[in-house]
Amino acid sequence: MLTLNINGRPHSVEAEAATPLLYALRDELGLNGAKFGCGLGQCGACTVLLDDRPILSCITPIAVTQGRQITTLEGLGGIDNPGPVQRAFIAEQAAQCGFCIAGMIMRAEGLLRRNAQPSEQEIRTHMRANLCRCGTHMRILAAVRRAAQAVRSARVDAPPTQDARR
Amino acid sequence: MSRHPAMLSRRSLLGAGSALVVSFTLARPPFPTATAQSAPPRLPGSLRTTPMLDAWIRIDANGISVFTGKAELGQGIKTALLQVAAEELSVETKQITFITADTARTPNEGYTSGSQSMQDSATAIRHAAAQARELLIAAAAVRLGLPVEQLTAKDGVVSSPDGRRADYRELATAEFLHLEARPQSKLTDPGNYRWIGKPMPRVDIPAKVTGAIAYVQDLRLPDMVHARIVRPPSYGARLRSVEVAAVERLPGVLKVVRDGHFLAVAAQREFQAVQAMDALARASQWDEDKALPNPNELYDWVRNAASKEYVIASVGNVAETAGRSLEATYHRPYQLHGAIGPSCAVAQAEAGALTVWTHAQGVYPLRAALAEMLGLAQDKIRCIHMEGSGCYGHNGADDVAADAALMAMALPGRPVRVQWMRDQEHAWEPFGAAMVTRARASLDTGGSIATWQYEVWSNAHSTRPGGAGNLMPAWHLGRAFSQPTPEPIPQPTGGGDRNAIPLYQFPNMRIVHRFIPQMPLRVSALRGLGAYMNVFSLESFMDELALAAGVDPVEFRLRHLADARARAVVELAAEKFGWDAARKPSRGLGRGFAFAKYKNLAAYTAVAAELEVERESGQIRLLRFVAADDSGEIVNPDGVRNQIEGGIVQSTSWTLREAVAFDETRIRSRDWSTYPILRFTDLPEHVEVHLIDRPGQPFLGTGESAQGPTAAAIANAVANATGVRIRELPFTPARVKAAIAV
Repeated sequence: MLTLNINGRPHSVEAEAATPLLYALRDELGLNGAKFGCGLGQCGACTVLLDDRPILSCITPIAVTQGRQITTLEGLGGIDNPGPVQRAFIAEQAAQCGFCIAGMIMRAEGLLRRNAQPSEQEIRTHMRANLCRCGTHMRILAAVRRAAQAVRSARVDAPPTQDARR
Repeated sequence: MSRHPAMLSRRSLLGAGSALVVSFTLARPPFPTATAQSAPPRLPGSLRTTPMLDAWIRIDANGISVFTGKAELGQGIKTALLQVAAEELSVETKQITFITADTARTPNEGYTSGSQSMQDSATAIRHAAAQARELLIAAAAVRLGLPVEQLTAKDGVVSSPDGRRADYRELATAEFLHLEARPQSKLTDPGNYRWIGKPMPRVDIPAKVTGAIAYVQDLRLPDMVHARIVRPPSYGARLRSVEVAAVERLPGVLKVVRDGHFLAVAAQREFQAVQAMDALARASQWDEDKALPNPNELYDWVRNAASKEYVIASVGNVAETAGRSLEATYHRPYQLHGAIGPSCAVAQAEAGALTVWTHAQGVYPLRAALAEMLGLAQDKIRCIHMEGSGCYGHNGADDVAADAALMAMALPGRPVRVQWMRDQEHAWEPFGAAMVTRARASLDTGGSIATWQYEVWSNAHSTRPGGAGNLMPAWHLGRAFSQPTPEPIPQPTGGGDRNAIPLYQFPNMRIVHRFIPQMPLRVSALRGLGAYMNVFSLESFMDELALAAGVDPVEFRLRHLADARARAVVELAAEKFGWDAARKPSRGLGRGFAFAKYKNLAAYTAVAAELEVERESGQIRLLRFVAADDSGEIVNPDGVRNQIEGGIVQSTSWTLREAVAFDETRIRSRDWSTYPILRFTDLPEHVEVHLIDRPGQPFLGTGESAQGPTAAAIANAVANATGVRIRELPFTPARVKAAIAV
């Protein structure tokens, strides 16, 4: 029995240590966000964050996630309270079938957590790991730009911290 | 026509206020008369095949339900249909419960394919909803004792100017809409639209971006188990032997199924099933044959295989006289649908009945095929559509449903989920067919086209189920079903010859479709079918002729184009792109233009492309695409835009990158490294789409209309940039570099 820290909460899983994280998330914990696309680390549909960095959960054994923070699409917000990146994807209607989009959002989240002011080239290079087949790419890029803007505004608009008020 | 008692009772109900009935009758006869029955009028859209209003719309105490036999495939059809229903029912979209393809609940509208859903289903729903609204107003008139002219329907309530109201839910009795539609409806005037023509956010997107249950892949039923299939290594491979005992002892394994050459395993947990599948594959031995064409001689095979000739257009006399003539041959390899998520289905067999949750494009045809495969009556099978990963045509969706059905029959009572692995999706889906086309034309002295000849060699473009022989797993069973010999899809839509007949006006023209029944590689419908290749070919050839005639390519097209809407689309794309007929060729920087009316029946789409070709590497750098589109009356402009944008990018991927690799025995494209597609770093800088709305005109399907024009616009831009015409897809750097041979 291993314990995974997912979206800020511990979850016990029965899967063996070598089981790819994706199967633990989907099959054992019932989380739909990360998708099975290739099982080979080639398409990015299974992207989640491990300690704020995008990883391919289909080829990441659960053993290596021990003691680290896993963030899935569900951790960014739900249908009634979507997070900034999710809201940006809705605002840009950046989906057709949407099967790749969960991975796209997590890949973008990983970028924006370390750089909220990415250039167009940085966005495209960063998103390169993820495949989309419907050809929604241009809208995905627009959504990432919009999300970056939202993240920057949120920082500016955020109420001052306790320290700053003093 | 059967007369339902409820109809008679409503007839008497309407008769209760005779003054009211007069006005109603004058506006439009409420029910078909005996004479109308003897000569059945043509009903709009899918009402033709499903004429009862309550097959489409039901209203009861719980509210309003609208039904479609079409499926959401990620194309946004659910949202567009909802807009149409809300418009004509005069309600808010959120007041409608919308139900898509389900053999137990919805009309049979065949497949969701061919960009037909707006023309078929939206037209049917629109008329059914408008007729339902008028019946509700008439019923309210009786109830309130007011003439219908004084009543308005809005947000599910019929009301009078003095504030008297009747809720739809009170007006509609159980059998209220159980009557046949009439050919004419009082449709909402475009000036009063609330929903049609307005961009509406897709109803399916919030669930998809937050991880709610959105796909059949997300379906988890109580006691559900997971199965995986061990596919043969090649199409005709035969299972010589397999050692199952060790696999049966693996953790979680519930059952190994061997039926002829069909080999599969079910386990409690999904990853256990994957591990067991791997073990089973290692424990199995297969006999294989070399049965595929030599890939290096693929196009010779296409040209020389036995084919049936169909002359699909013949106008005037194509015998060439004076004037310059040109001939060109174009090639297209096999290409993949390549869904990002492999095909998946869940099935459960219980008490002699089977339920299948599927992302197939046609739940009814799938049901028929499963019934034949399993020897079950169709009424014992229910197929329920749930979304999958985008399919872009006939992919593994039906086959995996067959896999799940077979495994469910082997594990009665347990819901069984089957998902293909990536290599299975790549190697076993039916591909878009390899094709060869040959065009020959002559110019008159004025530089216009005098004669036009065109031949297209192609495999079938639809091998969809309906029969078990088109379910791939059924080929491998002990009681095997073989794939039937396909027939070509007839004109005017066509299959391999889709869009082979140009929309241009040529005085002398002959078009021949050479249909190849033999299918060494599995093929079926891929978005656009033959239109992708035919538009690529004939729009490339138009540019070749324009160059020969010394005429600007846009001007050359307009010279041969009589259809006013076609001209408008061409002119709009050229204008928005900033097409400059006086522009001199610029080495390395190219501009290209192309146009088609999809199927010559659906949306008009023109695409202009600008790109750079790096001579040293053969790399194409895309700068921008500008498209113009006329899809008739637009329901959801953002939906149309999304389809065109997506079509442009997807077609760019096909055109620049994609070809199925194979040898004489096996398919070699088994993942994204052996079948590369477009990535973010390959994208154009900019894509823009301009729409021409035609309120009051019929809906014209958009879903596939950009595929062909995009390919040809790229080809024409590459020729413009390099001075060299490339006629073989895809335009990989190696091919471009070889063609320009620096």
